[in-house]
Amino acid sequence: MTSLAAALAGIGRPVLTLCRTAGRVALFAVSGLSHLIRPPFHLRMFLRALVEMAYFSLPVVALTAIFTGMVLALQSYTGFARFSAQGAVASVVVLSVTRELGPVLAGLMVAGRVGAAMAAEIGTMRVTDQIDALATLSTDPMKYLVAPRLLGGILALPMLVVVADILGVLGGFIVSTTSLGFNPAAYLHSTFTYLETIDVVSGLVKAAVFGFLIALMGCYNGYMTRGGAEGVGAATTAAVVSASILILAFDYVLTGLFFSQ
Amino acid sequence: MSAGPPKIRIRGLVKSFGEKKVLDGIDLDIMQGTSLVVIGGSGSGKSVLVKCILNLLTPDAGTIEIDGENVLALPPRARRAVYAKVGMLFQNGALFDSLPVWENVAFGLLARHRVTRGEARLRAGEILAQVGLGPEVSRLFPAELSGGMQKRVALARAIAARPEMLFFDEPTTGLDPILGAVIDGLIVDCVKRLGSTALAITHDMSSAQHIGDEAAMLFEGRIVWRGPATSLLASGNPVVDQFTHGRREGPIKMELCGGM
Repeated sequence: MTSLAAALAGIGRPVLTLCRTAGRVALFAVSGLSHLIRPPFHLRMFLRALVEMAYFSLPVVALTAIFTGMVLALQSYTGFARFSAQGAVASVVVLSVTRELGPVLAGLMVAGRVGAAMAAEIGTMRVTDQIDALATLSTDPMKYLVAPRLLGGILALPMLVVVADILGVLGGFIVSTTSLGFNPAAYLHSTFTYLETIDVVSGLVKAAVFGFLIALMGCYNGYMTRGGAEGVGAATTAAVVSASILILAFDYVLTGLFFSQ
Repeated sequence: MSAGPPKIRIRGLVKSFGEKKVLDGIDLDIMQGTSLVVIGGSGSGKSVLVKCILNLLTPDAGTIEIDGENVLALPPRARRAVYAKVGMLFQNGALFDSLPVWENVAFGLLARHRVTRGEARLRAGEILAQVGLGPEVSRLFPAELSGGMQKRVALARAIAARPEMLFFDEPTTGLDPILGAVIDGLIVDCVKRLGSTALAITHDMSSAQHIGDEAAMLFEGRIVWRGPATSLLASGNPVVDQFTHGRREGPIKMELCGGM
């Protein structure tokens, strides 16, 4: 009986911790979002977050997208050749990139680059009393640090995904026309024939959600940092890991919402 | 000094972290225009006391009255108005790394008084001059400054909005004795010039005597002694005597690793 209780307690404790953390994150998100509609607004902080997330993430997202498109074209060509269905390469590349790979890979790249930086910056501010200093200077830290980053994330990721979509398709186009013998005009015709508005829109909506999740986890883990350098390191790791898992989980949920019959 | 009601009045303040009761019923009055220094050992709850007064931590029990109003019972907007009258010098400066010195100093002015950035920059230059820093410093970032300069910038930021109440957390920690004396002098000048009510926490006896009109000793979560800062070294209280003279034997038992 005692060992059974201990086993149940062993299961129950982490479940309760998970529920408690989920509740805290939800309250943190609501608080952060509520500041987006209540003045004063910190435009400079928003622009800084947008530039940091969108502009400075452009190279890494662009390279990821173009190589992903190239690999996708090669893989689908060799796979479809077994069924003499090589003609489907263009549509597979464009649908995979716009619906899934563009938003997911951009999200994961930005989570690694920006989510970690956010957690480290805010975490360092926490352990060096800078967040308390903000409060003593009549500035709500949630309004100054969190809300602009959340909005920056929501807007930056869709911008990056537009670029990723274009470059991903371009990567597939380059490989298909230079190595796989496709006619350029026929490849483009095939690409745009099978592409529908919902494919692009669903990818952009996913991107906005992923951008929000990256900023949320970066800010939350940074804001809750305790201790010194070790705490900042732990917050950075937690921000990247939690954002990456949430991106993949929400990708499944959103795909189900958009495309399940 | 004023004989009117206290500027800050604390009654029965309690704050615990888990099982550990850090503040155990603090009663404290600080009169308008006076400087009180709270001394106490490391981990005695001095910083917690200041953070509770500044609304950075929520006490478990007790009242904190500022100008006769219990700030813990005020709605958020009214509470923000009260805390707009406060300046704080943090132990390590807590300067914003991503902002240049002038913007650090003018941060409160920009947030509270809606001045333009140009006006704020000019004002920041004037305030930096008051703490002995030249205009060439205003464009630098905090990481480019020495410890003493960072402390001066932090002091400039604390006094920039001409606050009615000033709080100092270990203002001379980490500074050499000469620089410590310079910072103490600047603090006394600023407090006198602004006519502010000040609360400083420190375990630097020289600083405590220099800054404070009065001193109070925090021990085991309570104020165990209060008197003129000049009488700190001859208080007649065994706790204060042990602390100020740095004696190993006495009522303060230090917990050392390994049960030594």
